[in-house]
Amino acid sequence: MTMISLSGVNKHYDSYHALRNIDLDIEAGEFFSLLGPSGCGKTTLLRTIAGFEDIESGTLKIAGADMAEVPPNRRPTNMVFQSYAIFPHLNVAQNVAFGLRKSDLSKSEQTRVVGEALEMVGLDGFGARAANALSGGQRQRVALARALVLKPKVLLLDEPLSALDKKLREQMQLELRRLQRQVGITFILVTHDQEEALIMSDRIAVMFEGQIAQLADPQTLYRAPASRKVGEFIGTMNVMPVAQNAGNLTIAGLGQVSDPARDTVSHAGIRPETMSILFPGEPDRDRVAAAKIVDRAYYGDMTYYEVGLDGLDNTLTISMKNLMGREILEIGTPVRISWREDALVFFDQ
Amino acid sequence: MRAYTWAYLIFLYAPIVLLPLFAFNDSTTIAFPLQGFTTKWFVQLPTIPALTSSVWTSVKIASITAVLSTILGVCAARAAVRYRFIGKRPIMGLIMLPLVLPEIIVAVSLLVVFLQLGLSIGSWSVIAGHTLICMPFAISILNSSFQNIDPALEEASLDLGETRVSTFYRVTLPLIWPGLIASLLISFTISLDEFIIAFFLSSTEPTLPVYLWSQLRFPTKLPVVMALGTLLVCLSILLLALAETLRRRGLRKAGQSTEGGFL
Repeated sequence: MTMISLSGVNKHYDSYHALRNIDLDIEAGEFFSLLGPSGCGKTTLLRTIAGFEDIESGTLKIAGADMAEVPPNRRPTNMVFQSYAIFPHLNVAQNVAFGLRKSDLSKSEQTRVVGEALEMVGLDGFGARAANALSGGQRQRVALARALVLKPKVLLLDEPLSALDKKLREQMQLELRRLQRQVGITFILVTHDQEEALIMSDRIAVMFEGQIAQLADPQTLYRAPASRKVGEFIGTMNVMPVAQNAGNLTIAGLGQVSDPARDTVSHAGIRPETMSILFPGEPDRDRVAAAKIVDRAYYGDMTYYEVGLDGLDNTLTISMKNLMGREILEIGTPVRISWREDALVFFDQ
Repeated sequence: MRAYTWAYLIFLYAPIVLLPLFAFNDSTTIAFPLQGFTTKWFVQLPTIPALTSSVWTSVKIASITAVLSTILGVCAARAAVRYRFIGKRPIMGLIMLPLVLPEIIVAVSLLVVFLQLGLSIGSWSVIAGHTLICMPFAISILNSSFQNIDPALEEASLDLGETRVSTFYRVTLPLIWPGLIASLLISFTISLDEFIIAFFLSSTEPTLPVYLWSQLRFPTKLPVVMALGTLLVCLSILLLALAETLRRRGLRKAGQSTEGGFL
């Protein structure tokens, strides 16, 4: 079932075209992410769904109902704000109960559901705590409980993890995912962190300059980016120019490939982990090219090598697992690299 | 440098210290040496009908002024902080203008305008004048109150099912409450102490400062004036201190620093 349906949605800020003809369907129960650099319109799109921004043209439907004349307080959506927006004059329980005033629950029932909501986000017994006595992670959980207690059809999350430190962020990513499966509500997450989007989402819409550049599940998005821009935004993508002659494609540095040529192809891309460096003693496998280590970055579990190839201006990044007994190669070492044709993606620009 | 500072402070505040000194002095002449301690001037205060009626007039005018300038201040401050509109800077500048305009100019021009319009002056015209000069103070205080509210708080309230009106009562008002009280108290104090506008724009009902001024002509009544002045100074200091305390408490509650301010 389609939960949210946008068609032909446009929005301007003065002369800036923030949303350009957005067509988007989001399924019920989906964990959906809007991913893009800052200023790409992802937050505007989220605020449009919440009702804080009017749309100039196009239609927005939530659960089949047109939202044109529906103010934010009457939409079946609730939002977790980037700043969390915890009411400073209320304690934790009062914050969570804020939206229940208009429900037909009795006082004792309200206390019960607030308790349940706090338990769900792991803040059992924090009800009487003052709002400004909370840590960043706790504030976020209160914001979640406050939104989920109203049982919205859609939960909107505006960069909810960006203010947390790395460890806490990773923990909350998994917890949010678990929470979403548990409550079964449609989650829409806005983020600029591609890793976060890949980890948490069922589907991701990548946005650039007010437009959706690609809409796909995480694996498709990573393996088969629709454009060079998407490929370079998600993870690391090595991009090489492609020359065409007589129906053959020749990739700078790597050589000719048997892929059927398309007229429009201009570049080829390959991910760092799909290539490998052949250490001394290893036999050749797949396609092999000669290269030289130009730089390296040691990450503990992995080493990222920058290698230079003849006929290629830029360097290629290759990530290698630091397996037991495998040496870390010095800069300047000549090496053989191995790659496979089926790992290539082709771009038109 | 330190000596100059002290000399400056003594020059400014010594006359205020003289006020209670002579208010408790058992003599009708305002001169040293002091004659002895008495509270009779204070006891006399409530027995003078003209004085009590002027106190009542002043309190009435100050209360209405405080409420009016605070309500208008809330509207103006909210508009200035939350919305973008054409001519915002000039409009805000115009509202803040009475802060630097000589009061005598404000008083005379208001009088001319009122008379030209054929309106008879009275308490209402004093209230109008006082509201005009209290507005800049109310707006300054309320501006900082509104600035300290994260706009997302009001949006969160809308998102959680409240209307714009109920959001104002459930979220905005509790958060600006200390600023609101501070604005009321400061406007009240300013109006209570103001002389020039009250002098020009009040007709048959003098305010307390105007009444005090009229009594200066009678030397025998001076000690009573001193007693009254002492009460006024104490009340003003009390109200301003209360206002500032509330304002700082409000800032702390919102998790902001409490630097700066009027006191």
